Amino acid sequence: MTAEIVGFWVAAVVLVGASLAVVLTPNLFHAVLWLAASLVATGVVFLLLDSPFLFAVQLLLYAGGVVTIVVFAIMLTERLVGESIRQTSRFVFNGAVLAAAVFVGIASFLLHAPAVARPAVSGDQLRELGRALVGPFAAPLQLLGVLLVIALLGALYFARTED
Amino acid sequence: MPLSAYLVLAALVFAIGLFGVLTRRNAVGILLGIELMLNAVNINLVAFSRFRADLAGLIFTLFTIAITVAEVAVGLAIVIVIFRVRRTIEADHLDLLRG
Repeated sequence: MTAEIVGFWVAAVVLVGASLAVVLTPNLFHAVLWLAASLVATGVVFLLLDSPFLFAVQLLLYAGGVVTIVVFAIMLTERLVGESIRQTSRFVFNGAVLAAAVFVGIASFLLHAPAVARPAVSGDQLRELGRALVGPFAAPLQLLGVLLVIALLGALYFARTED
Repeated sequence: MPLSAYLVLAALVFAIGLFGVLTRRNAVGILLGIELMLNAVNINLVAFSRFRADLAGLIFTLFTIAITVAEVAVGLAIVIVIFRVRRTIEADHLDLLRG
């Protein structure tokens, strides 16, 4: 139990720190690297919640895939070296007030919620997950495949060259 | 750790992502903020799934992750097209539709 508490606080500090760096650093390229750190920390939170499969998915798809795509987009739209990648933010005060208000609103609601006991891990979670994906969730899974194909075709259509 | 600890952590990350969306000028920066917000939602889903011993949360998380990847691909394609046409991805400069 102690290991979980220590792990939670380490993951939470890394996650919040990296997330703050994503939104505060002036260099957009550094922001993407901080996003990768933040996504890995989220994966560690998944591990703490006894979901090693989601940890692997998080690393492969998010930290591997999304970060690579964003890096490519930055390289295509801005020069990597030079002034153009540096950016200033706007409405920092208003944004901070609004974000803090949202957080306080959600957190004050959560802290009044009754405590729930954590049930013990039962059975092979991955096996259950696989059975659910081809059982009750088979139709959404197929729709998801259709959505991915459409999204990638759309991205290709947008990014095609004029010829 | 209790369930509320995970939920408060997710709310904090969500608020940070919201701050990023509101304050970034660069369209890619705004997308990074959206990524953070979606990520916070995933923490919520997994935490509820674990504490309620219900597998649906994990499956929703898988769907969210896949949809986010599609969203990023389309969003960045749009950003690249906008850059090709307007030579800028500053959100403040993209006011063609303003009346």
